[in-house]
Amino acid sequence: MSSPLSSIGRGTLIALQELGRMGIFFAMVTSLSVRARWEIKVVVQQLRFVGARSVVVVAVAGGFVGMVVALQFYDTLVRFGSVSLLGSAVGLSLVRELGPVLTGLIVIGRAGSATCAELGIMRSDNQIDALECMAIDPVRYLLFPRFVAFTLAVPLLTAIFIVVGIFGGWFVGVAVFNLSAGTYFHSMADSVVGHDLNMGFTKSIAFSIIIVWICTGKSFLMHLNQSIVFGAEGVSKVTTDAVVAASISILFADYIISALML
Amino acid sequence: MEAANQSDGPVIQVEGLSSHYGGKEVLRDVSFSVTREEIFVIMGASGSGKTTLMRQLIGLSQPAQGSVTLLGNDLTKITKSELFEVRKHIGVAFQGGALINSMSVIENVELPLNQNTTLDPSTIRIMSRMKLDMMSLRDAENFMPTQLSGGMLKRAGLARAVIMDPNVLFFDEPSAGLDPVTSAELDELILGLRNALGMTVVVVTHELESALKIADRIMLISDGQILALGTVDDITHSKDPEVQAMLQRRVRDRVPVGEEYLDHLTEDEL
Repeated sequence: MSSPLSSIGRGTLIALQELGRMGIFFAMVTSLSVRARWEIKVVVQQLRFVGARSVVVVAVAGGFVGMVVALQFYDTLVRFGSVSLLGSAVGLSLVRELGPVLTGLIVIGRAGSATCAELGIMRSDNQIDALECMAIDPVRYLLFPRFVAFTLAVPLLTAIFIVVGIFGGWFVGVAVFNLSAGTYFHSMADSVVGHDLNMGFTKSIAFSIIIVWICTGKSFLMHLNQSIVFGAEGVSKVTTDAVVAASISILFADYIISALML
Repeated sequence: MEAANQSDGPVIQVEGLSSHYGGKEVLRDVSFSVTREEIFVIMGASGSGKTTLMRQLIGLSQPAQGSVTLLGNDLTKITKSELFEVRKHIGVAFQGGALINSMSVIENVELPLNQNTTLDPSTIRIMSRMKLDMMSLRDAENFMPTQLSGGMLKRAGLARAVIMDPNVLFFDEPSAGLDPVTSAELDELILGLRNALGMTVVVVTHELESALKIADRIMLISDGQILALGTVDDITHSKDPEVQAMLQRRVRDRVPVGEEYLDHLTEDEL
């Protein structure tokens, strides 16, 4: 029977091995940006999947989040007689934090998990091996277009989330609580400056890379992980692991970027 | 990198191949060669190492020791880009077809030509349809892989494997999961490909009937080692008891039943 210490040691070694593999994987995919021919058709397909088909869910989520944020801030601000700052509070919350983070989590749940599962099935079913045997580099053909698509789509989806969220907040502040629309937007314009937009944009780019890196890497490399079996069980496990790892990673990255930029 | 079309010398040369998986020795000092236009069958029980051997013959994994020379290129020494060049001259038909699920049958067949040649789309479409005709799949060209039966999947995978007119064709368990009639049809296809197109064919299988029908030579693998290697006559007339057991489908160890099984259990298991 192994001692707790050796179990911790073994677990640490496995985690380091996984981290090393993911690091090499990231370097392998990103190096293609300068040396390989782009599969434009696949990039467009992936953009449609990750971006266009996520617009509705992101917009709906943005709307409701904006409404809830406005509701919560109104309740607090009214106690201090500072209701005129509602636009500022909603704008800063959405641009700096809620927009990038919640969009990231939505994309993980929808496109990230589907991408991970798809690649896991391809790995289990020998489709990736088949590509290699056809002299087609699966990293160039499958992975790089997904990296491009996520990196382009997530910031745009974040922008949609924020804009719809702002109007959700407008609805609560102006239509429900009779705040003046001019006051709402004016306080937002005064407070939300270029630095805040930079922070939101930086986070959305960073989150997009983290999401696609983890969600593609976990399944693409599942054949190197001897604790994972091929088939439905293995695909289910890597997809769950990827969603959890990506979600926690973007929350961690959120803190780091906020600490560095504030 | 050597030219793919060598006029002399074996197409595949394996020397002293050894391989491990999860601490267990899977292949041990395996050496053999495959000559041009030969149908070479690798047979063995489940877990004998034949799938690992096939993966190393096509460069999908590296052996712990030894060398694999395919079309004049040592796969253990060449770079990734050189390996991709070699792969343009081979075709691999995987067990379940391994078709890309998001593409139709004809898109799957066209894929190697789309990615590896500068042929125009209409020429690629004509060539793909010719190969689908050869596999009697022309009517299914717009089907998605999920709409195909097991036999159709294998034939579609085969059409894709031969679209580049490879020098060497590899089959991984071509008859697995097929009924006897469809299996016999696939055997005829394999023979037809060798006879009509002059391909060298390597088949990994555990189906004895198919192996005896199509093989020029058979290599029997057991526990990672070569048990026997020779023509169909050599194998069927072998006096080795293990070879005969495999040919006659006899179990290796007698399986205890009933009271004997209870006695067979150790104290720990009880």
